[in-house]
Amino acid sequence: MAPADRHEDHHHGHDVGERLYLHRHTPVHRLPAHLKIVAAVAFVSVSVATPIARWQAFAWFGVLLVAVLAVARIPIATVLRRATIEVPFVAFAALMPFFGGGETVTAGPFTLHRDGLEAAASILAKGTTGVLVAIALSATTPARELVRGFERLRMPSVLVQILSFMIRYVNVVNSEVERMRIARASRGFEARGVRAWPVLARAAGALFIRSYERGERVFLAMTSRGYDGKMPGVEKAAPTTRQWSAALAPAVLACAGSLLAMVI
Amino acid sequence: MHIPDGFIDAPTSLAFGAVAAAGVAVAIRAARRSLDERAAPLAGLTAVFVFAAQMINFPVAAGTSGHLLGGALAAVLVGPAAGVLALTVVLVLQAFLFADGGLSALGLNVTNIALLATVAAWAVFLALRAVLPKTRASVTAAASIAAFVSVPVSSLGFVLQYAVGGTGTVDVGTVLWSVLSVHVLIGAGEAVITGLVVASVLASRSDLVAGWRPGRAGSMAAAA
Repeated sequence: MAPADRHEDHHHGHDVGERLYLHRHTPVHRLPAHLKIVAAVAFVSVSVATPIARWQAFAWFGVLLVAVLAVARIPIATVLRRATIEVPFVAFAALMPFFGGGETVTAGPFTLHRDGLEAAASILAKGTTGVLVAIALSATTPARELVRGFERLRMPSVLVQILSFMIRYVNVVNSEVERMRIARASRGFEARGVRAWPVLARAAGALFIRSYERGERVFLAMTSRGYDGKMPGVEKAAPTTRQWSAALAPAVLACAGSLLAMVI
Repeated sequence: MHIPDGFIDAPTSLAFGAVAAAGVAVAIRAARRSLDERAAPLAGLTAVFVFAAQMINFPVAAGTSGHLLGGALAAVLVGPAAGVLALTVVLVLQAFLFADGGLSALGLNVTNIALLATVAAWAVFLALRAVLPKTRASVTAAASIAAFVSVPVSSLGFVLQYAVGGTGTVDVGTVLWSVLSVHVLIGAGEAVITGLVVASVLASRSDLVAGWRPGRAGSMAAAA
């Protein structure tokens, strides 16, 4: 197997949602998905709206997030591994101190701009907060529950259905990608350089045809069962006040911390 | 690569959230009109295809490799409306499940990657198809050029957002030229791959290429 080809299945994993989800019985896992979505967006919004000059607030956000991750019993190794998605932007943030105006700081051989340093800190702090929030959400909520959460938050029905199809079939299509890769490898194919592109592109074309034909079969099967463009809704009990307050507690505490940091 | 949280300020993120929502609403209406009840299964499987196709690594040189972005390809294969919806859903999942792209930046990413790339690609494709001879080679060439244009256009969306509400200190001119030059290169790769994929689908199932038979979105039309 060629080294380049072996990495074809590198980044997004195979069973979307089900591998990301860590099954536990914790208060965070038990919360209804739509409350967790609202809570996640609220927390991220507070973080994005807080100026980096209130650095104490960001320390507080970190404490809150670590508390949530601890209550949800998500291993630190998992968190760190998933947080590597952030790496390209860490690199981008590292460039910021070399640009800017006004006051400069000398650090060894480098002349750094103070506003650039602040911008870098801001990008890192807010980016990391966002990544940790998304990790907490996806590790405690199965993908299909997440989609149901979007549905309860009144996402347009077509988008909810597309999301459902995606979650249902992404594993099937990904294993098709893997089978095609093994088939290529068993015919002695090695993905080395640009000359391999026509072969890989033909595989992508075949993948489209197979996906499309699968869509046709799924559509026909659904039509024969009476599908008319709408999905039957799932009625669920409205969340209790206690669930709402538990879900929103971290975001509310974050907001309070941000305001407090403005005063002190 | 998607924009994370905190890179663009809150008011700008919110404003582009509204732009993205409006664009997606238009796409939903257009998809319902052209595809009626087939819209969801078709766009759903297109989203799966884009997501899976992004995992195929195309080796470049010296151990580096790239992957397809898919906006132009989706537009040419299933039409711009279903293409926008498929890419939007891919971005929603990437943000919520993989932390790839910030939750507060979802509107920014949807605007650039789902709306701008797909719509720009479709506009270029239609313009070229109108002037080129009606052959499969022309459709392939038009798709390829559309893909080439779509990537830098998409990156210009980011530059605009950075100019309006960027939190960095790198000046907009520097960002413009560095982002644009990188994305012209990426666009060249995207053009080659998109052209090759469209050519391979045209060779075996030309009836599935929306850009080849306008108004006939595949054989599901016969079934419905």
